[in-house]
Amino acid sequence: MSEYVGRAREGVAATLGFLAGFDYYWRKIGHAFVTLISVTTITFALFRLMPGNPAQAMRAQFESQLEGSGQAADPEVLDQMVQVHTGFDPSQPIYMQYFEYVRDIVLYQDFGQSIQYGDPVFDILFRAMPWSVFISVYGLALGYSTNILLGAAMAYKEGSRFDGTMTVVATFLNSIPYYVGALLFLAFFAHDLGWFPSGGRYDTSIEAGLNPAFMASIVHHGALPIMSSFIVGFGGGALAMRGNSVRILGADYLRVARLRGIGSVRIATRYVARNAILPLYTQMMIGIAAVFSSSVVLEYIFTYPGVGWYTFDAINMRDYPLLMGSFLFFTIVTLIGILLAEFTYGIVDPRAGSGGENESY
Amino acid sequence: MSPTDESSTDGGVQLSDDQLFGQLADSDSVELSGRERLARILDAYVLAPGRVAWNDWRTRLGILIIALFVLAGTVGPRVIEAPATNQAPTNHPPFEGGFGAITEDGGWIDLVQISVGSVSLPWLSFEFPLGADNYGSPIGRQLVHATPDMLEMVVAGAIVSVGFATIIGVTAGYKGGRTDSFLMYITDIVMTMPGLPLVIVIAAIYPPRQAWLVGVILAIDAWPGLARALRSQVLTLREESYVEASRTMGLPSRTILSRDVIPQLMPYVLINAAQAGRKVIFESVALYFLGVLPFTTANWGIMMDTAYSEAFALVDLGNFYQLLWPMSAIVIISFGFILFSQGMDRVFNPRIRARHTKKVGGGDEQPPTE
Repeated sequence: MSEYVGRAREGVAATLGFLAGFDYYWRKIGHAFVTLISVTTITFALFRLMPGNPAQAMRAQFESQLEGSGQAADPEVLDQMVQVHTGFDPSQPIYMQYFEYVRDIVLYQDFGQSIQYGDPVFDILFRAMPWSVFISVYGLALGYSTNILLGAAMAYKEGSRFDGTMTVVATFLNSIPYYVGALLFLAFFAHDLGWFPSGGRYDTSIEAGLNPAFMASIVHHGALPIMSSFIVGFGGGALAMRGNSVRILGADYLRVARLRGIGSVRIATRYVARNAILPLYTQMMIGIAAVFSSSVVLEYIFTYPGVGWYTFDAINMRDYPLLMGSFLFFTIVTLIGILLAEFTYGIVDPRAGSGGENESY
Repeated sequence: MSPTDESSTDGGVQLSDDQLFGQLADSDSVELSGRERLARILDAYVLAPGRVAWNDWRTRLGILIIALFVLAGTVGPRVIEAPATNQAPTNHPPFEGGFGAITEDGGWIDLVQISVGSVSLPWLSFEFPLGADNYGSPIGRQLVHATPDMLEMVVAGAIVSVGFATIIGVTAGYKGGRTDSFLMYITDIVMTMPGLPLVIVIAAIYPPRQAWLVGVILAIDAWPGLARALRSQVLTLREESYVEASRTMGLPSRTILSRDVIPQLMPYVLINAAQAGRKVIFESVALYFLGVLPFTTANWGIMMDTAYSEAFALVDLGNFYQLLWPMSAIVIISFGFILFSQGMDRVFNPRIRARHTKKVGGGDEQPPTE
């Protein structure tokens, strides 16, 4: 019997030890969770605590609606309606409201109910989310691939005319905001030349499903938004990549590698590229938030009903539950993206998770 | 501490520490009057870097562009008439008459005589050179009259975001330990929040009515990256011997930070202030274009919105110029900011400055090109 207990204890210890070995990952997950709670707190505070808050505005809105339909405005009924739409009960003390609000969001994915659509906010946004992610992820991936390739090429030809020209071009492209790019694309490629559709997610006349025509129409509709979100990802990354590569190209260990007779392809990929990409990778984690943020403007311009489009819609219609819900949604999607990036960062950079030990003054 | 007898061994009079060092300090301060000292500081911190910066075409062009916008924002509104509807025909095309108008009468540009006192001088008169929108409001005038508010926004946003980033980043980097972890934890949280949606939510609930307030709200989302970058700079500075000396002397952290650390970071802060300014412009124009912010201040984003949703400038390419001018203003001013910060970076960043002479680099931070 005691043998079993001992073995079980060993097993638990081994599992705990194994899990503790992923300290870096646990810390990142914990961090994401804390961020989610803080964002929820901010939305709650904006909803509830500030003077002239949306909850009161909604109450007044419902009151006038009820009066318009000839019913007496019973305070309890009003409280109930606010509760249905926001997820907290205004008649309860503040801390209980807060607790219930966070619990509903974290445990039950209850983001409240949209005023204008009457559907749960979660359902509306969950259906829209894949489209936003589709645009953003492709934009980001394309943008960073271009950064890396262009930056590496510039560093390789450092000081040449190509390098000089491309530096100026990259700087100039960097000063074009993504929405200006989007408007230009829309004016010339969609309206003037008619190569691409000017809005929507897919051709509604084609039967939805896993058929090539439908998928082609998704790509066709997504091309311009992706091109515009590419501008966000492109940023100044090419110049940063160039700077990193140039610095590494002069490093001593590279000379040693050359003297050892290592092939130039191996040097370029394993020695230069890997070291030069590292700082860019951290920059990309910030870039994820920027790309998802940009979708509010892009989806408005391209009338592309993703999460960003609903955000804009919610502002126009004063649909506060939907507005707050979409902000939370953006946060969650961004957090997942950053978590993925950080997990893979541990693979790319063996030093990850070993920093932060310095003397305190 | 006992006084040393060294000065008396060679027959001299023994001096106290105070006499020795006090005199030195005295003679130093007597030589420099306040004005001279100011001149020296000015030379060391402003003129010398300025001269280096001016040698680089980037900084030169960047400063020129920024100066042009500052001029348009300060003098412009006084010289150029305020825009109003129906000052020009609606949808008046830009550069009417084309090149021919330069020589002929009528069109967008004319040679006229103006009289200053009794002398009459030849002068150019412009007739809505950039065209007018679909309410007949001249676009050039709108652009100029929107500039002061834009500048106010940029300055407020840059000061708040850079100031906040400096306080957080420098404190975290210098203090280290638990303070560092805590401050960076908060920084990371703000950094991972999607900035634009947060700003939109805040602006939708409490619409800001003043230009500077818009700048301050946009700063919420601009400081975390810079705070992190500054922290990593301070992490190297804190181990410098002169900082350690100050610490050994028992100076309070506040003095060490303000005297020893922050002056070293000023160039870096300046570069990033330019980047923050560009970011504030990008985002404020986006928000005004979306119609999230109240139309209480003039803004290029409002002009774009009018052109987009009322003149249908995208569908009707004949009206595209109404969209093009405000867009060009944004692109040009942010190009100016980027060139300025790149040029300044070249001046102050020893790693970049020395790159062509000595290519060996260390450390793993990247040059602050965003």
